[in-house]
Amino acid sequence: MRSRIIYSLVLFALIFNPFVGTSQHSELAEDSLTFQEEIKLDIRHHLEDGHDYHLFTDESTGSHYGFPLPVILVDEGVHFFMSSAFHHGEEVAESKGKFYLVYHNKVYRTDAEGTLSFDADHHPTNVKPLDLSITKNVFHIIAIGLLMLVLFGRAARNYKNDLVPRGVAKFVEPIVLFVRDDIARPNIGEKSYRKYMGFLLTVFFFIWIVNLLGLTPLGVNINNSVAVTFALALITFLITNLSGTKTYWLHILDPLGKSMPWYGKLGIYPLLVPIEILGIFIKPFALMIRLYANITAGHIVMMSLLGLIFIFKSWIGSPLSFGLAFFIGILELLVAALQAYIFTMLSALYFGSAAAEPHHDH
Amino acid sequence: MEKLISEFSVGLFVWQTVLFLALLFLLRRYAWKPMLIAVNRREKSIEEALEQADIARREMKKLKQSNDALLQQARDERDSLMKEARETKNEIIAEAKKKAQEEATKILASARDEIKHEKVKAIEELKNQVADFSFEIAERILSEKLTDADKQKNAVVTALKEINFN
Repeated sequence: MRSRIIYSLVLFALIFNPFVGTSQHSELAEDSLTFQEEIKLDIRHHLEDGHDYHLFTDESTGSHYGFPLPVILVDEGVHFFMSSAFHHGEEVAESKGKFYLVYHNKVYRTDAEGTLSFDADHHPTNVKPLDLSITKNVFHIIAIGLLMLVLFGRAARNYKNDLVPRGVAKFVEPIVLFVRDDIARPNIGEKSYRKYMGFLLTVFFFIWIVNLLGLTPLGVNINNSVAVTFALALITFLITNLSGTKTYWLHILDPLGKSMPWYGKLGIYPLLVPIEILGIFIKPFALMIRLYANITAGHIVMMSLLGLIFIFKSWIGSPLSFGLAFFIGILELLVAALQAYIFTMLSALYFGSAAAEPHHDH
Repeated sequence: MEKLISEFSVGLFVWQTVLFLALLFLLRRYAWKPMLIAVNRREKSIEEALEQADIARREMKKLKQSNDALLQQARDERDSLMKEARETKNEIIAEAKKKAQEEATKILASARDEIKHEKVKAIEELKNQVADFSFEIAERILSEKLTDADKQKNAVVTALKEINFN
C-alpha cells in the first residue's frame, strides 16, 4: 500500500516536473532584458499571486491564456468586477467612478490615465484599497478546500454502515491514524488530544495537499505567501493560548516554580519571564517562517535549475541540470510531506503544553 | 523581513483565515468526527472481540477440564462397580461352594449311616438265615439219625453264637 502511494507520487512528479518552468512567462519581458534576467523575473512571477488565472502566454502573438477572476476592493464602498478589466495589468479599470491599476500584483487607486507616483525607493505612493479579490491563490484555496471536503467526506461516509475502510477511506485512514497515534497522542496526552484532532488533521492535510499541488505546473504556490502561513500560525497561536490551562500560564509566569526560593527568583525572573512571554509569540512565528521559507526556497531552487537548462543549451549542461532538477523535485515531494508533518507536530507540541495537567515534580 | 511585510497580502490573509476556518469546521463536522468515532468504535469492537475470544477459550478449557473430570469419575465409578461385582461374584461362588460342600458332606454322612444301618440289618438277617440254614441242615442230618434232637440243637446254637460275624 505504502510503496504504491510512493510509486504514484514519483510517477506524478516525473510527468509534471519538467514543465514547471515553461508555463510561466514574464508579462513584462522586454527586449532589453537578458535571458538570465528574464528567468529571474519568471521565477519571481511564479512565486507571486495574481488577479488572473494565468496559465501561459504566447509571446509571439502576445496573447495570454487563462481566465479572469473576480476582483473585490473595499474603498469607500465595495467594488466588484472581473480581473479581465485590468487587461493583464496594461489598462486602468473603472468602478463606481474610481480608477484602479495593478502594479506588481497590487491594486492602486489612480486617475483615469493611470498615473502612478513613486517615492525614492520606487514604491508607488498611490492609495492602496483593501484588496479582497479572489486571486489565483484564493481560487486555489477554495478548490483545494472543495477537494478536501469531497475526499474526506466520502472517506467518512464509508464508515456509516461499514467499519472496514474501503475506497478513499483505505487511503485516508492510515494517515489519519498516523496523525492521531504519532502526533496528537504522544504530544498532547491521552486525556485532551481529542479536542485538537480536527485542527491537526485539517492543517496536516491542507499543507500537504497544497505542497503537492505546488509541484504541478499549475503554479499553485499558496504556502509561498506569508499571509497564508501567518494565518495558519495565528490559528495555532490562538488555539494554544485560548485553551491554556492554569498550569500552562503558571509555567510561563513562574517557570521555576517551587524549585527556587522567592529571593532567588527575584534575580532571575526579570530576565526569564519576559523570555517566556516572548516565547509565546516566537513559537508560532517560527512555524510561519519555517513553512514559508521551506516551500519558497524549494520552488526557487527547482525553477533556477530548470532555468539552467535553457541557459546552458548544451548536451552536457542541460541534461545535468535536468537531472539535478529531477532530484530536487523528488526531494520536494519529501519536503511537502515533511513540512506538513513538522507544522502539525509542533502545533501538537504547543497544544500539549497548553493542555498541561498540574504535576508536582518541580 | 521588509520584503515579507511589503509582500504581505491582507486580502489573502483574510481569505485564508475565513476559508481555512470554514474548512476546519466542515471537515470536523462531516469528516473527522464520524471517521474517528468509527475508528474508535472499530478498535473497541476488536478489543472486545479479542476479549470475548479469550473468555471463550478459557471457558472451553474449563469445560474440557470438567469433561475430563466427569469422564474420569465415570471411569472410576465403572471400575469400582466392576470390582464390587467381581467381589460379589466371588463371594457367591465361594458361598455356593461351601454350601455344596456341606451338602455333600451331609449326604455322604447320611449315606454312610444308611449303609451302616443296612449292613447291620443285612448281617442280622444273614445271621438269622445262616442259623436257619444251619438248623435246617442240622435237622436234616439229624432227622436221619435223630435221637436227642433238643440236645443237638442247643449244641448248634451255642456253636453259632460263638461265631461272631463282626
